[in-house]
Amino acid sequence: MSNKDKSLNKSQAEPAKESLEIGGVGYTTRLTEKFRQRKYWERPDEKRIESFIPGTVQSIMVKEGQEVQAGTPLLILEAMKMRNEVLAPLGGVIRKIYVSEGEMVPKSHLLLELG
Amino acid sequence: MSTDKKVQELKKRRQEVQLGGGEQAIQKQVAMGKLTARERIIKLLDEGSFNEYDMFVEHEARDFGMDQKKLHGDGVITGTGTIGGRPVCIYAQDFTVAGGSLGFMHARKITKIMDHSLKMRMPLIGINDSGGARIQEGVNSLAGYGEIFFRNTLASGVIPQISVILGPCAGGAVYSPALTDFVFVVDNISKMFITGPEVIKTVLGEDISMEELGGARVHSETTGNAHFFSESEDECFDQIKALLNYLPWSNTDSPARKKVLEPLKEFNISEIVPSEKRQPYDVRYIIRAVTDGSDFFEIQEHWAANIVIGFGTMNGRTVGFVANQPLVLAGVLDVDSSDKAGRFIRYCDAFNIPIITFVDLPGYLPGVDQEHAGVIRHGAKVLYAYSEATVPKITVILRKAYGGGYIAMNSRHLRADFVFAWPDAEVAVMGPEGAANIIFRKEIATAEDPDQVRAQKVKEYIEKFANPYVAAAKGYIDSVIEPRETRKSLLHALEVSGEKSVGMPMKKHGIPPF
Repeated sequence: MSNKDKSLNKSQAEPAKESLEIGGVGYTTRLTEKFRQRKYWERPDEKRIESFIPGTVQSIMVKEGQEVQAGTPLLILEAMKMRNEVLAPLGGVIRKIYVSEGEMVPKSHLLLELG
Repeated sequence: MSTDKKVQELKKRRQEVQLGGGEQAIQKQVAMGKLTARERIIKLLDEGSFNEYDMFVEHEARDFGMDQKKLHGDGVITGTGTIGGRPVCIYAQDFTVAGGSLGFMHARKITKIMDHSLKMRMPLIGINDSGGARIQEGVNSLAGYGEIFFRNTLASGVIPQISVILGPCAGGAVYSPALTDFVFVVDNISKMFITGPEVIKTVLGEDISMEELGGARVHSETTGNAHFFSESEDECFDQIKALLNYLPWSNTDSPARKKVLEPLKEFNISEIVPSEKRQPYDVRYIIRAVTDGSDFFEIQEHWAANIVIGFGTMNGRTVGFVANQPLVLAGVLDVDSSDKAGRFIRYCDAFNIPIITFVDLPGYLPGVDQEHAGVIRHGAKVLYAYSEATVPKITVILRKAYGGGYIAMNSRHLRADFVFAWPDAEVAVMGPEGAANIIFRKEIATAEDPDQVRAQKVKEYIEKFANPYVAAAKGYIDSVIEPRETRKSLLHALEVSGEKSVGMPMKKHGIPPF
């Protein structure tokens, strides 16, 4: 059957030459595309406000240098016909605003930074 | 004679229906690189064996000008036939008729043939090529899908159900294939997704093609929704026929017995596994070294390749194989490989197919992505499936069997019937390197030369624990065997478990972690 022939040929054509460490031992093996593309976890920085969804910045309610408290509305991000109010996760000063009103942003785009 | 005239009329009516959506629509279908629904059925079934049902069914839709439209066969061809001389039920959606859209009568033709396949205990093959719900028929169309899904679920584990995706299969329609046992896809032809590229772009701004979103390769390599990938429809039909060779026709039937052959000489089992445990090898060679005629039919070859599953033949009978694959990701268990193995084990159990498990794994894949993707929940599927399975369960530990991975891979503790181990096998809580670091942490930390002490302690641990005899001394391993004795031992184990009978507590059903 073509099914089994292909699989054997494939394994011969692609030797395992990468390494994966498990339990203190580096195993010679082949990594998968999915493994290589896995998301590397980083501790989220609460001072960097990023878009949680792609959308349009409808209005910005704060200015750079302005002092805000936790819960202060910062801007409206319109997405999926919903006006999403983005609130300050913690108190601080608006250090920098990276977007302007009417701008379309992708997901995880830096909107503004708290100082 | 009036009868002659009536026969002529029947012939004329048949011809009309067999043209499906007409010449133009057929040309379009061909231009897309696709066969027509009728050609597909004829190619897949034994020559001349197709018996069509419900050829003259007509839809009853009245709204949106539908009362003016005649749709031949209502966009789906159904019937029975044989494959390899054995009967099957089949349906094929006809994309040339209203885009193969699913209306109420279309669905009723499908559910009728589904009922037939369950009642008569024969496999069901569904060929999907449809634009989706027939919007003009509204909720009646949705009702049709629901009736199909319900029957897929009822028939699950009773008769084999095969889905062949030979065109679009989008929206709710994807759930019939998802509920069936095996899904076949063809490169550049199959497209499956819940929400299409257009909606995704509008809502989320993600710009992706149909092929990248839900093409044959995506479902074969990334999602695991498909079980068999091929490059042409003809190759796909060959795969379906090959698969059916291994399957019983129902859960009370046995697969056809095949001629007993010896494995091919080129698969020398004693020369496949390197004794240096860091070094990889292709575990499929081990499977081929023990099966009749070195026959192995792999399932989900391109997805979660760190575990290998598939059917082979031992002493003329179908056996399911589950094997860690050191060649890919060192053969670890992770979210995808657990999912893959767990479902296959349940498939074998449902259809009375004995399971042989080859073990060589360093453990579970570490990582935040794995933990957050629910490796606890997914990993539990393997434990559940093995524990629950009452078919003969045989394990061969080839090399490493550490920690939770050892337990999960059909250990004695999950009621394996036979556990064999090769002399190189290491059954331990973890590898010697990790273990020495923990057990002798103080001694290593306070030593003048920690590296030297660590190496010494690793060596001690290897001598004491990195062998099969500690587990054999407790009876967790039944027999330590030479590699060349593997086929003989497996054949014997299968032979003596032919009448296996075990009781399970009475229950409606368990709650597997899915």
